[in-house]
Amino acid sequence: MEVLLAIVIGVLYGGGLYLMMRRNLIQLIIGLGLLSHGANLLIFTAGGLRKGGAPILAEGEKAFAALPSDPLPQALILTAIVISFAVTAFALVLFLRTYEVVGTDDVDELKETDT
Amino acid sequence: MTLLPALPIMIPLAGAVLCMLLRKSVVLQKAIALATSGILLLTAVCLMVHTRTGTIAVMHVGHWQAPFGITLAVDMLSCVMLLLTGLLAVGISFYACFDLDQPRMQFGFFPLMLILLMGVNGAFVTGDLFNLYVWFEVLLTASFILLALGGERPQLEGSVKYVALNLLSSALFLAGIGILYGMAGTLNLAELAVVVQQGERGGLVTMVAVMFLMAFGIKAGMFPLYFWLPASYPTPPIVVTALFSGLLTKVGVYSLIRVFTLVFSTDPEFLHGLILVGAGLTMLSGVLAAAAQFEMRKILAVHIVSQIGYIVMGLGLFTQLALTGTIFYLIHIMIVKTNLFLVAGAVNRIKGTYELKKLGGLYKEKPGLSILFIISAMSLAGVPPLSGFFAKLALIIAGLRQEAWLIVGVALGVSLLTLYSMTKIWSYVFWEPAPEPLPDLNPMPSGKWIMFLLPMIGFTILTIGIGVFAGPIFDYADAAAGQLMNPQGYIDAVLGGGG
Repeated sequence: MEVLLAIVIGVLYGGGLYLMMRRNLIQLIIGLGLLSHGANLLIFTAGGLRKGGAPILAEGEKAFAALPSDPLPQALILTAIVISFAVTAFALVLFLRTYEVVGTDDVDELKETDT
Repeated sequence: MTLLPALPIMIPLAGAVLCMLLRKSVVLQKAIALATSGILLLTAVCLMVHTRTGTIAVMHVGHWQAPFGITLAVDMLSCVMLLLTGLLAVGISFYACFDLDQPRMQFGFFPLMLILLMGVNGAFVTGDLFNLYVWFEVLLTASFILLALGGERPQLEGSVKYVALNLLSSALFLAGIGILYGMAGTLNLAELAVVVQQGERGGLVTMVAVMFLMAFGIKAGMFPLYFWLPASYPTPPIVVTALFSGLLTKVGVYSLIRVFTLVFSTDPEFLHGLILVGAGLTMLSGVLAAAAQFEMRKILAVHIVSQIGYIVMGLGLFTQLALTGTIFYLIHIMIVKTNLFLVAGAVNRIKGTYELKKLGGLYKEKPGLSILFIISAMSLAGVPPLSGFFAKLALIIAGLRQEAWLIVGVALGVSLLTLYSMTKIWSYVFWEPAPEPLPDLNPMPSGKWIMFLLPMIGFTILTIGIGVFAGPIFDYADAAAGQLMNPQGYIDAVLGGGG
């Protein structure tokens, strides 16, 4: 399972970085999205893949019968997903506005500020 | 334990909420922003009094004991950063009241600025790596909107570059967090320090450390990851540029200092060597890029990069004296750099341009403003007895003691080139007569003009003050650096209960 996920993460990172280096604004934002998915899966995999139950002790129990799953990576990923959702939404609006003002979605044309 | 460490986060949040509620009244928003900044400054002073003897103010949020909950920990470095943030907040919100155009204020400049301050302060007080990531996102989101607010073409172009590269850096940061958690099983900085010091998986630690160096390096504007900075910083109104230059890159630098003194201090030969090389190249490339520019904002913006090099140089040398220099430099640069941007804004206010080749003769027209500029500019270049001189002196002595001749040579050379850039601005804008006389566009009556200059006068007095009272400030920076070099105190304060 780890090997499979590692390959998936690698593909996500590779695809994300490739798209970010294209000249198109839309591909840039898709690339950023893939990159953040890759990072989320990386946390998930690095946090340890285990088929355990929820880490809740029943009343009176002092220890877990079987090793439970670690809930923290899931909490971290959830937070990261929410953040990347908001940021992606903002970036989409920004890029749309840029497209309207500049009149092109070619990143190479965004050079009015360069000297 | 008191709420004190959480106040720097809660106060700006409350201010921002109030501003949003009163979004129809710009006058009230101004008052709230000023009051919030003032209270923030007072809180920072309280924290400073509390931590001055070396105690570390720790708060376990929701009484979840470390390492299970989120811990806020304020040591002397955090404290000095909070104090500077408070000072800059007061100065910049005061300046914004006079300088910023009405539509931008109506569209939420003040609440966004306060949210940005919340993010910055959160990053300074947190003792948890994932929490640091969250604060980074808070301040980034606020900065995205501040940068694009107004929607002029250069702003939007700058924002695209700024957003893309900062999101890339966040993704790297997040990936680093994931790997570190998988390895150490914790994200509490103090516990991470303990786990990493046990040193079982040296190679993996070094790899993760380099990921963090990349992530924070992008945010701090280190070589070769700084190209977003000169592309985006000069585009928004000058208040926003001043705010960003004072705070944002410095949060990146602060995170570098925190992580590379507390957690990744096991392999200084490689890691801090790498940082030192980066520092040298950062200084050099920043100052050379500035030499080619003829627009005030752009010169100052690329100079941010070269100054970051000096700050990081102290971390790369990694001795107590070097870190003292780094902290002193941070104190100096946050004030001086912001002030230079504010003065540039005042010049633009009078003449309507930032182009060196169009400006001229301002010394004759506005001698007061010229003096404010020249003091800050000389301080940036490191002319005694101003604040920059002592900051550079400490770093260079630290370098000489380490026998790092190359970096000392680079630092001295870059200092000279900084002087060149600053005298270039001085001679073009203030000293030589203008090629064609430009009309005075400033409609302010003289009473209001003095009020407008007040933040700049304050910052200039602070620059001189830091130079005059360099002794006590140096002692404070030395104590803060001592805390950083002996992280056991921080670890004990966080993990040893005290909630």
